[in-house]
Amino acid sequence: MIVDKIKKREPTAKRIQNKVDIPVGKWVKCDKCKEIIYKGSLRENLSICPNCGGYFRMHINKRLESIIDEGTYKKFDFNIDTTNPLNLEDYPKKLKTLREKTGIQEAVSSGTGKINGEEVVICVMDSGFLMGSMGIVVGEKITYSIEKAIELKLPIIIFCVSGGARMQEGIISLMQMAKTTSAIEKLNEAGLLYISVLTDPTYGGVTASFASLADIILAEPGAMIGFAGQRVIEQTIGEELLEGFQTAEFLLDHGFIDKIVERKDLKNTLSKLIQLNKN
Amino acid sequence: MDAWDRVEIARNPKRKTSLDYVENIFDEFIELHGDRQFKDDKAIVCGLARIGNQNFTIIAEQKGRTTKENIERNFGMPNPESYRKGIRFMKQAEKFRRPVITFIDTKGAYPGIGAEERGQGEAIASSMLQMASLTVPTISIVVGEGSSGGALALGLGNKVIMLENAIYSILSPEGYASILWKDSSRAKEAAEVMKLTAKDLKELKVIDKIIKEPEGDEQESFNTISENLKKEILKTIKEYSKKSPEEIKEDRYQKFRNIGEYKIIQ
Ligand SMILES: [Zn+2]
Repeated sequence: MIVDKIKKREPTAKRIQNKVDIPVGKWVKCDKCKEIIYKGSLRENLSICPNCGGYFRMHINKRLESIIDEGTYKKFDFNIDTTNPLNLEDYPKKLKTLREKTGIQEAVSSGTGKINGEEVVICVMDSGFLMGSMGIVVGEKITYSIEKAIELKLPIIIFCVSGGARMQEGIISLMQMAKTTSAIEKLNEAGLLYISVLTDPTYGGVTASFASLADIILAEPGAMIGFAGQRVIEQTIGEELLEGFQTAEFLLDHGFIDKIVERKDLKNTLSKLIQLNKN
Repeated sequence: MDAWDRVEIARNPKRKTSLDYVENIFDEFIELHGDRQFKDDKAIVCGLARIGNQNFTIIAEQKGRTTKENIERNFGMPNPESYRKGIRFMKQAEKFRRPVITFIDTKGAYPGIGAEERGQGEAIASSMLQMASLTVPTISIVVGEGSSGGALALGLGNKVIMLENAIYSILSPEGYASILWKDSSRAKEAAEVMKLTAKDLKELKVIDKIIKEPEGDEQESFNTISENLKKEILKTIKEYSKKSPEEIKEDRYQKFRNIGEYKIIQ
Protein backbone atom coordinates (compact mmCIF):
# COMPACT_ATOMS: atom_id res chain seq x y z
CA MET A 1 0.00 0.00 0.00
CA ILE A 2 2.80 2.34 0.88
CA VAL A 3 4.49 1.70 -2.48
CA ASP A 4 1.26 2.44 -4.33
CA LYS A 5 1.09 5.84 -2.76
CA ILE A 6 4.64 6.70 -3.68
CA LYS A 7 3.94 5.78 -7.29
CA LYS A 8 0.94 8.04 -7.36
CA ARG A 9 3.12 11.01 -6.43
CA GLU A 10 5.01 11.02 -9.68
CA PRO A 11 3.53 13.12 -12.43
CA THR A 12 3.91 11.60 -15.88
CA ALA A 13 7.18 12.54 -17.49
CA LYS A 14 6.18 13.96 -20.80
CA ARG A 15 7.84 17.31 -20.76
CA ILE A 16 11.47 16.30 -20.84
CA GLN A 17 11.82 17.85 -24.31
CA ASN A 18 10.32 21.06 -22.98
CA LYS A 19 12.18 24.34 -23.39
CA VAL A 20 12.55 24.56 -19.61
CA ASP A 21 15.95 23.18 -18.80
CA ILE A 22 14.79 21.37 -15.69
CA PRO A 23 13.17 18.14 -16.79
CA VAL A 24 10.21 17.00 -14.76
CA GLY A 25 8.89 13.63 -13.85
CA LYS A 26 11.70 11.13 -13.67
CA TRP A 27 14.40 13.76 -13.26
CA VAL A 28 15.22 16.27 -10.59
CA LYS A 29 17.79 19.01 -10.20
CA CYS A 30 20.15 18.83 -7.22
CA ASP A 31 20.09 22.13 -5.30
CA LYS A 32 23.65 21.68 -4.22
CA CYS A 33 25.58 20.69 -7.35
CA LYS A 34 22.92 21.73 -9.91
CA GLU A 35 23.28 18.37 -11.70
CA ILE A 36 20.19 16.75 -13.16
CA ILE A 37 19.66 13.52 -11.29
CA TYR A 38 17.61 10.47 -12.23
CA LYS A 39 14.98 9.97 -9.53
CA GLY A 40 15.47 6.22 -9.56
CA SER A 41 19.08 6.59 -8.52
CA LEU A 42 18.01 8.88 -5.68
CA ARG A 43 15.49 6.34 -4.51
CA GLU A 44 18.13 3.64 -4.29
CA ASN A 45 20.51 5.97 -2.46
CA LEU A 46 18.48 7.23 0.58
CA SER A 47 17.57 10.38 -1.39
CA ILE A 48 21.23 11.40 -1.47
CA CYS A 49 22.63 12.99 -4.63
CA PRO A 50 24.89 10.39 -6.34
CA ASN A 51 26.94 13.24 -7.82
CA CYS A 52 27.77 15.45 -4.82
CA GLY A 53 26.44 13.58 -1.76
CA GLY A 54 23.95 16.38 -0.99
CA TYR A 55 20.83 15.39 0.93
CA PHE A 56 17.37 15.65 -0.62
CA ARG A 57 14.43 15.94 1.77
CA MET A 58 12.83 12.57 2.40
CA HIS A 59 9.23 11.49 1.94
CA ILE A 60 7.66 9.98 5.08
CA ASN A 61 7.50 6.52 3.53
CA LYS A 62 11.12 6.58 2.39
CA ARG A 63 12.23 7.69 5.83
CA LEU A 64 10.28 4.94 7.54
CA GLU A 65 11.69 2.41 5.11
CA SER A 66 15.23 3.55 5.91
CA ILE A 67 14.82 3.38 9.70
CA ILE A 68 12.21 0.79 10.59
CA ASP A 69 12.71 -2.97 10.18
CA GLU A 70 10.77 -4.25 7.21
CA GLY A 71 7.15 -5.11 7.94
CA THR A 72 7.19 -3.90 11.56
CA TYR A 73 5.66 -0.42 11.18
CA LYS A 74 2.16 -0.20 12.58
CA LYS A 75 0.60 3.18 11.99
CA PHE A 76 -1.52 4.43 14.89
CA ASP A 77 -5.23 4.21 14.25
CA PHE A 78 -5.67 7.92 14.84
CA ASN A 79 -6.69 9.73 11.69
CA ILE A 80 -7.75 13.29 12.21
CA ASP A 81 -8.33 16.46 10.27
CA THR A 82 -8.27 20.15 11.09
CA THR A 83 -11.49 22.07 11.72
CA ASN A 84 -10.02 25.12 9.96
CA PRO A 85 -10.20 27.34 13.06
CA LEU A 86 -9.69 30.62 11.17
CA ASN A 87 -12.35 29.66 8.59
CA LEU A 88 -9.98 30.37 5.71
CA GLU A 89 -11.74 29.83 2.43
CA ASP A 90 -8.96 28.23 0.40
CA TYR A 91 -7.27 26.24 3.18
CA PRO A 92 -9.34 23.01 3.01
CA LYS A 93 -8.97 23.04 -0.79
CA LYS A 94 -5.22 23.43 -0.43
CA LEU A 95 -5.07 20.47 1.97
CA LYS A 96 -7.11 18.32 -0.40
CA THR A 97 -4.81 19.07 -3.33
CA LEU A 98 -1.74 18.35 -1.22
CA ARG A 99 -3.14 15.03 -0.04
CA GLU A 100 -3.67 13.96 -3.62
CA LYS A 101 -0.25 15.17 -4.71
CA THR A 102 1.82 13.75 -1.84
CA GLY A 103 -0.15 10.62 -1.01
CA ILE A 104 0.00 11.52 2.68
CA GLN A 105 -2.76 12.75 4.95
CA GLU A 106 -0.81 15.37 6.91
CA ALA A 107 2.69 16.57 7.76
CA VAL A 108 3.37 13.76 10.23
CA SER A 109 2.90 10.01 10.35
CA SER A 110 3.26 8.08 13.59
CA GLY A 111 3.11 4.54 14.86
CA THR A 112 5.18 1.78 16.40
CA GLY A 113 7.93 -0.21 14.77
CA LYS A 114 11.27 -1.86 15.33
CA ILE A 115 14.75 -0.43 14.77
CA ASN A 116 17.19 -3.37 14.53
CA GLY A 117 14.77 -5.24 16.75
CA GLU A 118 14.26 -2.41 19.26
CA GLU A 119 10.57 -1.56 19.63
CA VAL A 120 9.85 2.20 19.50
CA VAL A 121 7.17 4.78 18.91
CA ILE A 122 8.19 6.80 15.86
CA CYS A 123 6.92 10.06 14.38
CA VAL A 124 8.11 11.23 10.98
CA MET A 125 7.37 14.67 9.61
CA ASP A 126 7.32 15.52 5.89
CA SER A 127 8.43 18.82 4.37
CA GLY A 128 6.32 18.14 1.29
CA PHE A 129 3.18 18.93 3.24
CA LEU A 130 3.00 22.71 3.84
CA MET A 131 6.69 22.61 4.77
CA GLY A 132 6.00 20.27 7.67
CA SER A 133 4.22 23.05 9.51
CA MET A 134 2.52 22.28 12.82
CA GLY A 135 -1.20 22.86 13.07
CA ILE A 136 -3.66 20.96 15.20
CA VAL A 137 -3.20 17.65 13.38
CA VAL A 138 0.58 17.62 13.80
CA GLY A 139 0.32 18.83 17.42
CA GLU A 140 -2.31 16.23 18.31
CA LYS A 141 -0.51 13.39 16.57
CA ILE A 142 2.81 14.19 18.25
CA THR A 143 1.05 14.46 21.62
CA TYR A 144 -0.92 11.26 21.02
CA SER A 145 2.33 9.48 20.14
CA ILE A 146 4.06 10.70 23.30
CA GLU A 147 1.10 9.51 25.36
CA LYS A 148 1.22 6.17 23.54
CA ALA A 149 4.94 5.86 24.33
CA ILE A 150 4.08 6.38 27.99
CA GLU A 151 1.26 3.84 27.85
CA LEU A 152 3.40 1.25 26.04
CA LYS A 153 6.57 2.15 28.01
CA LEU A 154 8.55 2.57 24.79
CA PRO A 155 11.25 5.00 23.68
CA ILE A 156 10.05 7.63 21.23
CA ILE A 157 11.89 8.88 18.15
CA ILE A 158 10.73 12.02 16.32
CA PHE A 159 12.13 12.94 12.90
CA CYS A 160 11.64 16.68 12.67
CA VAL A 161 11.34 18.77 9.56
CA SER A 162 9.27 21.93 9.75
CA GLY A 163 9.01 25.57 8.85
CA GLY A 164 7.36 26.10 12.24
CA ALA A 165 3.81 26.67 13.41
CA ARG A 166 1.18 26.56 10.64
CA MET A 167 0.01 30.07 9.80
CA GLN A 168 -3.32 28.89 8.38
CA GLU A 169 -4.48 27.76 11.84
CA GLY A 170 -3.31 30.86 13.69
CA ILE A 171 -3.22 30.79 17.47
CA ILE A 172 -4.35 27.15 17.56
CA SER A 173 -1.07 26.25 15.85
CA LEU A 174 0.88 28.27 18.40
CA MET A 175 -0.86 26.40 21.21
CA GLN A 176 0.39 23.07 19.84
CA MET A 177 3.81 24.11 21.13
CA ALA A 178 2.39 24.21 24.66
CA LYS A 179 0.52 20.94 24.14
CA THR A 180 3.47 18.91 22.83
CA THR A 181 5.82 20.39 25.43
CA SER A 182 3.43 19.50 28.26
CA ALA A 183 3.31 15.94 26.95
CA ILE A 184 7.13 15.77 27.06
CA GLU A 185 6.99 16.75 30.73
CA LYS A 186 4.84 13.62 31.25
CA LEU A 187 7.31 11.53 29.28
CA ASN A 188 10.13 12.79 31.48
CA GLU A 189 8.14 11.89 34.59
CA ALA A 190 7.68 8.41 33.19
CA GLY A 191 11.45 8.09 32.69
CA LEU A 192 11.28 7.22 29.01
CA LEU A 193 13.86 7.92 26.35
CA TYR A 194 13.14 10.54 23.69
CA ILE A 195 15.45 11.07 20.71
CA SER A 196 14.76 13.80 18.16
CA VAL A 197 16.42 13.82 14.75
CA LEU A 198 16.56 17.28 13.20
CA THR A 199 16.50 17.28 9.42
CA ASP A 200 16.53 20.08 6.88
CA PRO A 201 14.86 22.45 7.68
CA THR A 202 13.72 22.59 11.33
CA TYR A 203 12.54 26.04 12.38
CA GLY A 204 10.23 28.20 14.46
CA GLY A 205 7.62 26.65 16.69
CA VAL A 206 8.93 23.13 16.22
CA THR A 207 12.49 24.13 17.19
CA ALA A 208 10.99 26.08 20.10
CA SER A 209 9.07 23.07 21.40
CA PHE A 210 9.47 19.29 21.11
CA ALA A 211 12.45 19.27 18.70
CA SER A 212 14.71 20.91 21.30
CA LEU A 213 13.47 18.96 24.31
CA ALA A 214 14.76 15.47 23.57
CA ASP A 215 17.16 13.58 25.82
CA ILE A 216 19.34 13.13 22.78
CA ILE A 217 19.20 15.45 19.78
CA LEU A 218 20.68 14.18 16.52
CA ALA A 219 20.87 16.05 13.24
CA GLU A 220 21.64 15.25 9.63
CA PRO A 221 24.76 16.93 8.18
CA GLY A 222 24.12 20.37 6.73
CA ALA A 223 20.53 20.57 7.97
CA MET A 224 19.33 24.13 8.55
CA ILE A 225 18.06 24.50 12.10
CA GLY A 226 16.98 27.60 13.99
CA PHE A 227 14.25 29.58 15.66
CA ALA A 228 14.01 32.72 13.54
CA GLY A 229 14.19 32.49 9.76
CA GLN A 230 17.23 33.95 8.04
CA ARG A 231 15.27 36.60 6.15
CA VAL A 232 13.72 37.89 9.38
CA ILE A 233 17.12 38.04 11.08
CA GLU A 234 18.69 39.87 8.12
CA GLN A 235 15.85 42.39 8.10
CA THR A 236 16.19 42.92 11.85
CA ILE A 237 19.94 43.37 12.04
CA GLY A 238 20.35 44.94 8.58
CA GLU A 239 23.25 42.78 7.48
CA GLU A 240 23.80 39.56 5.61
CA LEU A 241 24.38 36.36 7.51
CA LEU A 242 27.58 34.41 7.25
CA GLU A 243 27.81 31.10 5.43
CA GLY A 244 27.22 28.22 7.82
CA PHE A 245 24.94 30.13 10.22
CA GLN A 246 22.14 27.89 11.58
CA THR A 247 23.56 24.70 10.07
CA ALA A 248 23.64 21.48 12.08
CA GLU A 249 27.40 21.96 12.37
CA PHE A 250 26.85 25.47 13.81
CA LEU A 251 24.41 24.10 16.39
CA LEU A 252 26.79 21.30 17.34
CA ASP A 253 29.55 23.84 17.81
CA HIS A 254 27.31 25.98 20.06
CA GLY A 255 26.28 23.02 22.16
CA PHE A 256 22.67 22.60 21.11
CA ILE A 257 22.75 19.14 19.55
CA ASP A 258 24.37 15.92 20.66
CA LYS A 259 25.64 14.54 17.41
CA ILE A 260 25.54 14.88 13.64
CA VAL A 261 24.85 11.54 12.01
CA GLU A 262 24.99 10.70 8.33
CA ARG A 263 21.79 9.37 6.84
CA LYS A 264 23.24 5.94 6.12
CA ASP A 265 24.27 5.58 9.80
CA LEU A 266 21.06 6.84 11.42
CA LYS A 267 19.36 3.50 11.87
CA ASN A 268 22.33 1.83 13.58
CA THR A 269 23.06 4.92 15.70
CA LEU A 270 19.46 5.02 16.91
CA SER A 271 19.38 1.35 17.88
CA LYS A 272 22.74 1.68 19.64
CA LEU A 273 21.54 4.71 21.62
CA ILE A 274 18.38 2.88 22.60
CA GLN A 275 20.42 -0.08 23.85
CA LEU A 276 22.80 2.18 25.78
CA ASN A 277 19.83 3.79 27.52
CA LYS A 278 18.37 0.53 28.75
CA ASN A 279 18.76 -0.34 32.41
CA MET B 1 -14.00 48.45 17.38
CA ASP B 2 -12.34 46.05 14.95
CA ALA B 3 -9.34 43.81 15.55
CA TRP B 4 -6.90 46.24 13.98
CA ASP B 5 -7.97 49.00 16.40
CA ARG B 6 -7.02 46.70 19.24
CA VAL B 7 -3.68 45.93 17.59
CA GLU B 8 -2.98 49.65 17.62
CA ILE B 9 -4.12 50.05 21.23
CA ALA B 10 -2.05 47.06 22.35
CA ARG B 11 1.03 48.52 20.66
CA ASN B 12 0.55 52.11 21.76
CA PRO B 13 3.86 53.18 23.35
CA LYS B 14 1.87 54.98 26.06
CA ARG B 15 0.03 51.82 27.08
CA LYS B 16 0.65 50.63 30.63
CA THR B 17 3.39 48.02 30.80
CA SER B 18 3.81 44.88 32.86
CA LEU B 19 5.80 46.66 35.58
CA ASP B 20 3.12 49.34 35.89
CA TYR B 21 0.63 46.61 36.73
CA VAL B 22 3.04 44.76 39.02
CA GLU B 23 3.64 47.95 41.00
CA ASN B 24 -0.06 48.76 41.19
CA ILE B 25 -1.33 45.25 42.05
CA PHE B 26 1.16 44.02 44.62
CA ASP B 27 1.79 45.50 48.08
CA GLU B 28 5.49 44.83 47.70
CA PHE B 29 7.76 43.97 44.80
CA ILE B 30 11.48 43.44 44.70
CA GLU B 31 13.28 42.81 41.42
CA LEU B 32 16.06 40.21 41.29
CA HIS B 33 18.44 39.89 38.38
CA GLY B 34 20.30 37.51 36.12
CA ASP B 35 20.23 34.01 34.67
CA ARG B 36 23.44 32.99 36.54
CA GLN B 37 24.87 31.77 33.24
CA PHE B 38 25.46 34.64 30.88
CA LYS B 39 23.82 37.95 31.74
CA ASP B 40 20.85 39.90 32.99
CA ASP B 41 18.66 40.34 29.92
CA LYS B 42 16.25 43.15 30.68
CA ALA B 43 13.37 42.26 28.36
CA ILE B 44 12.09 40.03 31.15
CA VAL B 45 11.90 41.23 34.74
CA CYS B 46 11.81 38.73 37.58
CA GLY B 47 11.25 39.19 41.26
CA LEU B 48 9.30 38.50 44.42
CA ALA B 49 6.02 40.13 45.33
CA ARG B 50 3.38 40.02 48.00
CA ILE B 51 -0.31 40.74 48.52
CA GLY B 52 -1.21 40.64 52.22
CA ASN B 53 0.66 37.61 53.47
CA GLN B 54 0.62 35.75 50.16
CA ASN B 55 3.98 35.67 48.34
CA PHE B 56 4.41 35.38 44.58
CA THR B 57 7.11 34.90 41.98
CA ILE B 58 6.84 37.44 39.18
CA ILE B 59 8.17 36.87 35.64
CA ALA B 60 7.26 39.75 33.35
CA GLU B 61 8.01 40.71 29.77
CA GLN B 62 8.74 44.40 29.87
CA LYS B 63 8.73 47.01 27.12
CA GLY B 64 10.39 50.32 27.83
CA ARG B 65 8.35 53.33 28.92
CA THR B 66 10.91 55.76 27.50
CA THR B 67 13.23 55.54 24.49
CA LYS B 68 16.16 55.00 26.81
CA GLU B 69 14.39 52.21 28.68
CA ASN B 70 13.24 50.67 25.41
CA ILE B 71 16.82 50.40 24.18
CA GLU B 72 17.87 48.87 27.51
CA ARG B 73 15.03 46.37 27.32
CA ASN B 74 15.49 45.62 23.62
CA PHE B 75 11.92 46.87 23.00
CA GLY B 76 10.62 43.99 25.07
CA MET B 77 12.06 41.33 22.78
CA PRO B 78 13.76 38.72 24.96
CA ASN B 79 17.05 37.04 24.22
CA PRO B 80 17.51 33.46 25.47
CA GLU B 81 18.98 34.71 28.78
CA SER B 82 15.65 36.30 29.65
CA TYR B 83 13.89 32.95 29.41
CA ARG B 84 16.70 31.27 31.35
CA LYS B 85 16.34 33.89 34.08
CA GLY B 86 12.62 33.06 34.13
CA ILE B 87 13.39 29.34 34.42
CA ARG B 88 15.64 30.05 37.40
CA PHE B 89 12.78 31.84 39.15
CA MET B 90 10.26 29.13 38.27
CA LYS B 91 12.52 26.58 39.97
CA GLN B 92 12.67 28.73 43.08
CA ALA B 93 8.93 29.18 43.06
CA GLU B 94 8.57 25.40 43.08
CA LYS B 95 11.12 25.06 45.89
CA PHE B 96 9.40 27.63 48.10
CA ARG B 97 5.83 26.73 47.01
CA ARG B 98 5.10 30.23 45.66
CA PRO B 99 2.50 30.80 42.95
CA VAL B 100 3.96 32.17 39.70
CA ILE B 101 2.43 35.16 37.94
CA THR B 102 3.72 35.86 34.43
CA PHE B 103 3.02 39.02 32.45
CA ILE B 104 3.11 38.81 28.66
CA ASP B 105 3.89 41.78 26.46
CA THR B 106 6.22 41.25 23.51
CA LYS B 107 6.43 41.54 19.74
CA GLY B 108 8.27 38.22 19.96
CA ALA B 109 11.59 36.71 20.96
CA TYR B 110 14.50 38.66 19.47
CA PRO B 111 15.56 37.37 16.02
CA GLY B 112 19.30 38.05 16.21
CA ILE B 113 22.57 36.27 15.54
CA GLY B 114 23.52 36.04 19.21
CA ALA B 115 20.04 34.82 20.12
CA GLU B 116 20.38 31.96 17.64
CA GLU B 117 23.94 31.18 18.74
CA ARG B 118 22.73 30.90 22.31
CA GLY B 119 19.71 28.74 21.49
CA GLN B 120 16.60 30.92 21.34
CA GLY B 121 14.47 27.92 20.38
CA GLU B 122 15.86 25.79 23.19
CA ALA B 123 15.31 28.60 25.70
CA ILE B 124 11.65 29.06 24.75
CA ALA B 125 11.01 25.32 24.73
CA SER B 126 12.68 24.90 28.13
CA SER B 127 10.73 27.79 29.59
CA MET B 128 7.46 26.12 28.55
CA LEU B 129 8.68 22.75 29.84
CA GLN B 130 9.62 24.26 33.19
CA MET B 131 6.24 25.96 33.45
CA ALA B 132 4.49 22.69 32.59
CA SER B 133 6.41 20.94 35.37
CA LEU B 134 5.35 23.29 38.18
CA THR B 135 3.11 21.99 40.93
CA VAL B 136 2.35 25.48 42.25
CA PRO B 137 -0.45 27.49 40.63
CA THR B 138 0.55 29.62 37.66
CA ILE B 139 -1.31 32.57 36.18
CA SER B 140 -0.39 34.15 32.85
CA ILE B 141 -1.65 37.63 32.07
CA VAL B 142 -1.48 39.08 28.55
CA VAL B 143 -1.35 42.83 29.12
CA GLY B 144 -0.31 44.15 25.69
CA GLU B 145 1.12 42.34 22.70
CA GLY B 146 1.41 38.57 22.99
CA SER B 147 3.15 37.57 19.82
CA SER B 148 4.52 34.17 18.85
CA GLY B 149 6.60 31.67 20.80
CA GLY B 150 8.31 34.52 22.59
CA ALA B 151 5.01 35.21 24.35
CA LEU B 152 3.90 31.61 24.80
CA ALA B 153 7.20 30.83 26.59
CA LEU B 154 5.53 32.40 29.66
CA GLY B 155 2.00 31.38 28.72
CA LEU B 156 1.45 28.01 30.39
CA GLY B 157 -0.69 29.32 33.21
CA ASN B 158 -3.31 27.29 35.06
CA LYS B 159 -5.32 30.40 34.28
CA VAL B 160 -4.65 32.60 31.27
CA ILE B 161 -6.06 36.09 31.65
CA MET B 162 -6.15 38.75 28.98
CA LEU B 163 -6.86 42.45 29.08
CA GLU B 164 -9.73 43.45 26.81
CA ASN B 165 -7.55 45.36 24.35
CA ALA B 166 -4.53 43.08 24.45
CA ILE B 167 -3.76 40.81 21.50
CA TYR B 168 -2.36 37.27 21.43
CA SER B 169 -1.31 35.62 18.19
CA ILE B 170 0.92 33.19 16.32
CA LEU B 171 2.83 36.10 14.80
CA SER B 172 2.39 39.81 14.17
CA PRO B 173 -0.34 40.60 11.60
CA GLU B 174 2.44 41.99 9.37
CA GLY B 175 4.38 38.73 9.60
CA TYR B 176 1.25 36.69 9.02
CA ALA B 177 0.30 38.65 5.89
CA SER B 178 3.84 38.47 4.62
CA ILE B 179 4.10 34.68 5.02
CA LEU B 180 0.60 33.73 3.94
CA TRP B 181 -0.10 36.35 1.28
CA LYS B 182 3.46 37.51 0.52
CA ASP B 183 2.32 41.05 1.27
CA SER B 184 2.97 42.62 4.68
CA SER B 185 0.90 45.68 3.77
CA ARG B 186 -2.22 43.52 4.22
CA ALA B 187 -1.64 43.46 8.00
CA LYS B 188 -5.01 45.06 8.76
CA GLU B 189 -6.80 42.36 6.86
CA ALA B 190 -4.68 39.72 8.58
CA ALA B 191 -5.60 41.08 12.01
CA GLU B 192 -9.26 40.53 11.20
CA VAL B 193 -8.86 36.86 10.24
CA MET B 194 -6.25 35.85 12.84
CA LYS B 195 -8.59 35.71 15.88
CA LEU B 196 -6.18 37.63 18.03
CA THR B 197 -8.63 39.57 20.21
CA ALA B 198 -9.51 38.59 23.77
CA LYS B 199 -13.10 37.86 22.74
CA ASP B 200 -12.09 35.50 19.91
CA LEU B 201 -9.52 33.76 22.08
CA LYS B 202 -12.01 33.22 24.89
CA GLU B 203 -14.34 31.54 22.39
CA LEU B 204 -11.48 29.32 21.21
CA LYS B 205 -10.74 28.48 24.89
CA VAL B 206 -7.17 29.71 24.46
CA ILE B 207 -7.73 32.10 27.37
CA ASP B 208 -9.92 31.78 30.45
CA LYS B 209 -10.81 35.29 31.47
CA ILE B 210 -11.08 38.79 30.00
CA ILE B 211 -10.45 41.82 32.17
CA LYS B 212 -12.40 44.82 30.89
CA GLU B 213 -10.65 48.07 30.13
CA PRO B 214 -13.05 50.88 31.04
CA GLU B 215 -12.97 53.94 28.77
CA GLY B 216 -12.58 57.44 30.15
CA ASP B 217 -9.99 58.73 32.58
CA GLU B 218 -6.76 56.85 31.96
CA GLN B 219 -5.59 56.69 35.59
CA GLU B 220 -9.01 55.60 36.78
CA SER B 221 -9.16 52.89 34.14
CA PHE B 222 -5.66 51.70 35.06
CA ASN B 223 -6.67 51.47 38.73
CA THR B 224 -9.84 49.57 37.92
CA ILE B 225 -7.97 47.07 35.72
CA SER B 226 -5.32 46.59 38.42
CA GLU B 227 -7.98 46.09 41.09
CA ASN B 228 -9.79 43.49 38.96
CA LEU B 229 -6.56 41.69 38.14
CA LYS B 230 -5.73 41.57 41.83
CA LYS B 231 -9.16 40.12 42.62
CA GLU B 232 -8.76 37.52 39.89
CA ILE B 233 -5.27 36.54 41.10
CA LEU B 234 -6.45 36.12 44.70
CA LYS B 235 -9.57 34.22 43.62
CA THR B 236 -7.50 31.83 41.53
CA ILE B 237 -4.96 31.25 44.31
CA LYS B 238 -7.81 30.49 46.72
CA GLU B 239 -9.33 28.04 44.23
CA TYR B 240 -6.02 26.22 43.81
CA SER B 241 -5.25 26.15 47.52
CA LYS B 242 -7.80 23.32 47.74
CA LYS B 243 -5.92 21.24 45.17
CA SER B 244 -2.92 18.99 45.69
CA PRO B 245 0.34 19.77 43.85
CA GLU B 246 -0.35 16.85 41.48
CA GLU B 247 -3.86 18.11 40.77
CA ILE B 248 -2.55 21.59 40.00
CA LYS B 249 -0.12 20.18 37.46
CA GLU B 250 -2.66 17.78 35.95
CA ASP B 251 -5.25 20.57 35.66
CA ARG B 252 -2.81 22.59 33.61
CA TYR B 253 -1.97 19.56 31.47
CA GLN B 254 -5.62 18.92 30.64
CA LYS B 255 -6.22 22.58 29.87
CA PHE B 256 -3.51 22.74 27.19
CA ARG B 257 -4.16 19.17 26.06
CA ASN B 258 -7.68 20.15 25.07
CA ILE B 259 -7.06 23.38 23.18
CA GLY B 260 -8.19 23.19 19.55
CA GLU B 261 -10.78 21.00 17.90
CA TYR B 262 -10.19 18.34 15.30
CA LYS B 263 -12.29 15.92 13.27
CA ILE B 264 -11.86 12.16 13.34
CA ILE B 265 -11.57 10.64 9.87
CA GLN B 266 -13.22 7.24 9.62
ZN1 LIG C 1 24.22 17.08 -5.99
